Amino acid sequence: MAATTIDQVISSPRVSARGERLGLLWRSPTFLVGSVIVLFWALSAIFGRLVVPHDPFQPDILHGLTPPSPAHWFGTDNLGRDVFSRVIVGARGILTVAPLATLVGTVLGTSIGLIAGFFRGLVDDVLMRAVDAFLAVPVVIVGLLALVALGPSNLTVILVIGIVFTPLIARTVRAAVLAERELEYVQAAQLRKENALYTMFVEILPNVLPPVLVEFTVRLGYAIFVTATLSFLGFGIQPPAPDWGLTIFQQYIYLIGGAWWPALFPAFAIASLVIGVNLVSDGLVQVFGKS
Amino acid sequence: MARFLARRIGLALVTLWLLSIIVFVGANVLPGDVGRRILGPFADPRAVAVFNHQLGTDRPILVQYWSWLTHALRGDLGNSIAFGDPGVSMLTRALGNSLKLGLVAFLLVVPLGVLGGIVAALNRDRFLDRLITIAGISATAVPEFVFAILAILIIGVALRLLPITATAPDGSSVPVQFGYLILPAIPLVLVLFGYIARITRAGMIEALDADYTRTAVLKGLSYGTVIRRHVLRNALLPTIAVVATQTGYLIGGLVVIEFMFNYQGIGQLLFLAAQKKDFPLLQAGVMVIGAVYLIATLVADITYSLLNPRIRYGGAD
Repeated sequence: MAATTIDQVISSPRVSARGERLGLLWRSPTFLVGSVIVLFWALSAIFGRLVVPHDPFQPDILHGLTPPSPAHWFGTDNLGRDVFSRVIVGARGILTVAPLATLVGTVLGTSIGLIAGFFRGLVDDVLMRAVDAFLAVPVVIVGLLALVALGPSNLTVILVIGIVFTPLIARTVRAAVLAERELEYVQAAQLRKENALYTMFVEILPNVLPPVLVEFTVRLGYAIFVTATLSFLGFGIQPPAPDWGLTIFQQYIYLIGGAWWPALFPAFAIASLVIGVNLVSDGLVQVFGKS
Repeated sequence: MARFLARRIGLALVTLWLLSIIVFVGANVLPGDVGRRILGPFADPRAVAVFNHQLGTDRPILVQYWSWLTHALRGDLGNSIAFGDPGVSMLTRALGNSLKLGLVAFLLVVPLGVLGGIVAALNRDRFLDRLITIAGISATAVPEFVFAILAILIIGVALRLLPITATAPDGSSVPVQFGYLILPAIPLVLVLFGYIARITRAGMIEALDADYTRTAVLKGLSYGTVIRRHVLRNALLPTIAVVATQTGYLIGGLVVIEFMFNYQGIGQLLFLAAQKKDFPLLQAGVMVIGAVYLIATLVADITYSLLNPRIRYGGAD
């Protein structure tokens, strides 16, 4: 009983500090607006199929490229499919691939960053040079090369983007770990003869979680960017998914003829999603600070 | 200075070598069976074997890497499978076109981004600052093809201000060629603007808070003189280094933009190579892009050190 009381006494200032930060977060207008946008698309991705007015896959060749009307709010595409339904349902692909890819990159990157920052020396040098090498070529191009080599599928897109992000996230985590490992609690753990894995993952990891969280949201925005671009180039999410990037690729040639709706609405969808994610990460950076 | 240069060039070479390993693994190890990957699952196994022999991909992996690396060092990046031509000549021709497009984008974005950063810093934490910062980070996050759709629609189709193709008719004068490149450059400008503005803003704020700025104000110099002679000079230094690191993002954007506007640059060439599973050309293209990026950052570092007396005099000691 006494132990719990001491625990509570020790942990209470931390809890209130965390509560204060969450309070600040909810007072940040950028964070709120961003959250609403992201939540809207997340709900569309999950429940979209149940609520859309038309079947997003049902072609109606006779009514192709009809402009927006009460029957088809966003008009129809070249095959007569309802653009509004396709935009809503199209959230699912990118909101599955991008967050999972970011998660893969964050888990791998955090582990490598912990190891490099904790052991320093040769491991660290090799890792940082590898990061430089990865940075010398745009992510989209590395992704393109890997997807040509492996063949496009949602799983390969997730793994490729996740692995390309790994060194970038590792670098951020490493910087945070370098500062943490000098602190007394780490020395205390080492004096207790805790093994390295325990010190890294149980002692240091919880203290570098805020920068990891910020890094996750920043990378998520970029993962959406990369996924959309790869899908647009034909190497990301594959047909017949009503993915936004893919749809824009299929429909943008009709722009010149004046049929702007099948490409413009998915373009707005991508723009709003990435801006939403960036507003959320900007809010987090403001409150938690960038490491 | 000489030591700084040698160290910097050495690091760039090590990075390039590591990149060659990453790229080689991507193009030769990841596909598993390169010939099978190119010819497809239904090709005759004998045809695949012959094709692999022609490509040299039936040799041990280290032998392949060594042969590719030694040829690359002699300026031979292999022949394109799809086009039959040497990769180097195709890539240098395309790179020339891309440099023109990239130059137009930089000529537009650097003044705009720097100006945006200066305005934001001078209005720190006020509405204009938040607007520029948020618009900037939002625009950076939006893929180029989304902006390209808007640019084509608004500027090309609705207002008819600019031509919607990127390539000027043969024999056009240089200003006309540049005019054709403005519309394709706009999406690149929007994506790059936020980052340049953010770095300029950070540099400005650091300089505004510095002691020398307070001294300049206290000794009675006018606001304009303080900003021009003391703040800007110091604030713009980091921006130079950052502009060069943006070459990477710029080239990534070129793949999409050149493909959309059917412009024959390195981005479009890489995209065609990817579509045709032309691994030698793809591999060569990624190496060229990596080299261009490393040269750009190297030049930026050297310029930065020449302009920054702290590094210049430090190295001379």
